[in-house]
Amino acid sequence: MTSRIAKKRGEWINRDKPLTFEYEGQQVQGYEGDTISSALWANGIRVLGRSFKYHRARGLLSFANHDVNALMTDGEDTNIRADVWPVSNGMQLAAVNTEGGVLKDKNKYIDHLSPFLPVGFYYKTFYKPKRLFPFWEDKIRKAAGLGKVNFNYPRIIKPKRYAHCDVLIIGAGAAGLSAAINAAAEGFNVILVDENRQAGGSLSYDHAGEQAAADTLNTLLEAVEAEKNIRLITDAYAGGYYGDHLVPIVEKSGITKVRAQTVIVAAGVFEQPPVFRYNDLPGVMLGSATQRLVHRYAVKPFDKGVVVTANDHGYRTALDLASVGTEVVAVIDMRADGASQELTQKVKDKGIAVHKGSCIYEAVPTKGKLGVKEVVVCPYNETTAEADTSRSVRLVCDGVAMSAGWAPAGALLYQAGTKMRYDNDLEQFVPGELPEGVFAAGKVNGVFDLKARLQDGRRAAGEAMNYLGKAVSVDTVKPVSMARPSHPYPIVNHPKGKNFVDFDEDIQVKDFINAAKEGFDNIELMKRFTTVGMGPSQGKHSNMNAIRILARIRQLPVEKIGTTTARPFFHPTPIGHLGGRGFHPHRYTAMHQWHVDNGGEMMDAGIWLRPAFYAPQGSGLTASEAVQQETLAVRNAVGMIDGSTLGKIEVFGPDAAAFLERFYTGKFVDQKVGGSRIAMLLDEAGVMVDDGVAVRMADEQFYVSTNSSNAATVYREMQRNVQLWGMQVTLVNLTGAMAAMTVAGPESRSVVATLTDIDVSAEAMPDGAFRSGQVAGVDARVMRVSFVADLAFEIHVPYKAGLHVWKSLIEAGQSAGIRPFGTDAQRLLRLEMGHHLVSHDTDGLTNPFEAHSDSLVKMDKPFFIGKRSLQILAKKPLGKKLTTFVLEPGFNGELPQECNLVIDAGNNITGRVTSISFSRHLNRHIGFAFVPPEQSSAGSGFQIRTDSGAMVAATACEAPFFHLLESKGE
Amino acid sequence: MKLLECPVNGVRPLSEFTYGGEYRDMPDPDTCSDKEWAAYVHYRAGAPGLKKEWWYHGPSGTWFIAERNTLTDKVSRTYIAGQEESK
Repeated sequence: MTSRIAKKRGEWINRDKPLTFEYEGQQVQGYEGDTISSALWANGIRVLGRSFKYHRARGLLSFANHDVNALMTDGEDTNIRADVWPVSNGMQLAAVNTEGGVLKDKNKYIDHLSPFLPVGFYYKTFYKPKRLFPFWEDKIRKAAGLGKVNFNYPRIIKPKRYAHCDVLIIGAGAAGLSAAINAAAEGFNVILVDENRQAGGSLSYDHAGEQAAADTLNTLLEAVEAEKNIRLITDAYAGGYYGDHLVPIVEKSGITKVRAQTVIVAAGVFEQPPVFRYNDLPGVMLGSATQRLVHRYAVKPFDKGVVVTANDHGYRTALDLASVGTEVVAVIDMRADGASQELTQKVKDKGIAVHKGSCIYEAVPTKGKLGVKEVVVCPYNETTAEADTSRSVRLVCDGVAMSAGWAPAGALLYQAGTKMRYDNDLEQFVPGELPEGVFAAGKVNGVFDLKARLQDGRRAAGEAMNYLGKAVSVDTVKPVSMARPSHPYPIVNHPKGKNFVDFDEDIQVKDFINAAKEGFDNIELMKRFTTVGMGPSQGKHSNMNAIRILARIRQLPVEKIGTTTARPFFHPTPIGHLGGRGFHPHRYTAMHQWHVDNGGEMMDAGIWLRPAFYAPQGSGLTASEAVQQETLAVRNAVGMIDGSTLGKIEVFGPDAAAFLERFYTGKFVDQKVGGSRIAMLLDEAGVMVDDGVAVRMADEQFYVSTNSSNAATVYREMQRNVQLWGMQVTLVNLTGAMAAMTVAGPESRSVVATLTDIDVSAEAMPDGAFRSGQVAGVDARVMRVSFVADLAFEIHVPYKAGLHVWKSLIEAGQSAGIRPFGTDAQRLLRLEMGHHLVSHDTDGLTNPFEAHSDSLVKMDKPFFIGKRSLQILAKKPLGKKLTTFVLEPGFNGELPQECNLVIDAGNNITGRVTSISFSRHLNRHIGFAFVPPEQSSAGSGFQIRTDSGAMVAATACEAPFFHLLESKGE
Repeated sequence: MKLLECPVNGVRPLSEFTYGGEYRDMPDPDTCSDKEWAAYVHYRAGAPGLKKEWWYHGPSGTWFIAERNTLTDKVSRTYIAGQEESK
């Protein structure tokens, strides 16, 4: 059985390209250009899905990308929208949300339970007894949701694209096309987007059985095609409106972020269903849906139908249906006065009966509720929304077209901050006050007459051009007197309900009444309680009726109820679109490839990649074994770490030393050239932010290092304060320009000495000394440091020489047993040395007094960042103190973790562990913890609670920890 | 707000900028009371309205002040600190 009709002018299918696919195990024929729904409907298949809650059979409703009861899966993808997704050869489709197939869905029994499942029932029903909740939760979770997520979904890389234009026009219907042509003619660069596969909007389907609209469309499309300034993007929707006219345009291939100078929203309107019992049966659909089927896909919606309407559009629909041979039994007009004499006569001339002041009281289902058998027509009282059932008539039909009114597709207008007002003549929300640079045209602007829409497009383009500074004359659009496009209350009460308002979530009229009775009588509360508009269509076909119902319940005018703002995205958008191309820039040090080649386990360290440890292939080293071996190499011989990620900033100028004295806590004015000092940075609250080293290279030149993670922020703060303080200082960020490496351990001096002309002897180069010279034939900056070991040399060379110097040092250290070490070993090494890491062992509230850093704070300076706060803090008793601690020798219980809590005898939290590690060198567990000040002195004991709740004894201990070795007599 | 005008480089996308907090005049640390200092460090006026804010243009390393209405998210002017008169 086929409902495909003879070729229609302008149809969207390609009859030369037939194709075959499978739906629920059945072979289906279609054409290229068909959507899944159109192909199925053409083959007489009417049940396209099951509803979300009651599992009722559903067919087509809007045919405009909000038929969320017709969602398909092809095994890989899910929740494919059948009304808009194109068919392709060999597709294997099934409806989601069914058990045992769409026709025999085992869950359809839920429909019979519906009287017991009012909205909100699950909020109230399942919370007690509490012990049963997991059982119910499992059931509800299984019942809820639509398609099943495919966890093996392939990763599809989506591009990140950007576009710019003068005028972005959303919607390529009559108004949008007209606006585009007018703006482009004045030389403006226009992007015109439409979510349909072809431009035209309602011109491509709302024909009323005539040719005029199609002729107009042809003229417009020819003009657009001839215009070089217009870029037309179809099959793409504007996902949302963001500040400064940034609009993401979503295509199947990904998102293009369009930055426009001005935006014209000509997105049109969504047709809204009248509400009557069983308005959800397959075969009952919106008038515009039947027109789309007819003109775009050449499919007859049904053989014998009725049109129920509350505006003139129903008459136009009837004429379109009659033009393709559908027997239209009657136009049932809910308006007491009906349509104009002229329009009524046109319909009557086609042999269609017109019943004014009538409604469909209910649709009568066929067996299994899989379709319509007949409709019950009654006189309708527009004031009370009641049908007079004493005078009912039954009309046999297999389909119903519904046209009751429209709601603006105004999501982007709302998002842009448009103040919408309710127009009582149109019975529609229209833009009241538009934000700067945003314009509206066409039906979304309340202009329905075709000629007027074309004028409105020109008017909007003119205003947009004026906004862009081009003086063009703007003609106001004269209002055209016409019948009201929307009915103020297209609802038919029915004692048995099942008169659906929201098809996504199966919400009936009585659900709103109940919600209001429960006190949820504000639109935002009602939305959340009933979940109206919260389904996948986001209220596109339901919010307007919900507002009308709530207005009537509260006996308020519609504008007093207000609307909810539909948030981005306009249609569901794949996460992969939002993610776009995986774009995580990494910085590689000069020695990166060497690390990789030598088994470095590379880890993220901010934007850098650093080796955590080295486990060359075939070495069989576990992570912890590698770390201990690397650590021991440093303690017993020599090791080397790539420290290129350190922030490296040069500070020049007459005020360089004075600047550093204001910026950091230490003193630098009296610092000797060739020496280094700790550079500790606080914020204004006196909290420790960073610690690095400042080297004085010359009177007016300092070389400052920062922690790797703070390189960018410290540089930025320096820049700000140079400007704020008006000092004569120039900053150069050398972080990426210089490679750095630290050679550490008792043998480090002999290794470095073989490669440098600098005298690195203990006498010539004490701890903290800085020397410039050659290392492996390269200009280098060499510093004696003691962060990871008592004897260590930090060598800075230009980035390009980094690998050469690194390799030379590795080679020179071979006989001494040099080992590269990673960040994990570095952490353990500095812990053994008793050095805390700022922002690892300290947090966003730690001041220097709490972290044994008093000596670094020169309170006798006139000013430094944080000083004034420290003066206040110094007057107060300390609340906590960072201390080094050890666990008992031979401890082998559950090891405390970082962030485990310190608990006192009264079971109070008094501190926490910030670092903890086993040191093979010391054969002890050592760490840092915050404890009350009275427990911070060496020898004090405290208890740490582990993850499992066990208590572990710890003892505060002096740092560095090496005295533990002496006490063992080693 | 998705665009911001750097006083040196002109209008650039917001992704190039870093917010640097509200601009506040520091009280004289030598003469102000502890309470005044604590208020300066810790209190921020949360009410929406016209604010002076620090912004940083990353690619060029430019700090500047933006006068922004946090209610409407509109920036009325931007200038380098201390060069307010030039704008």
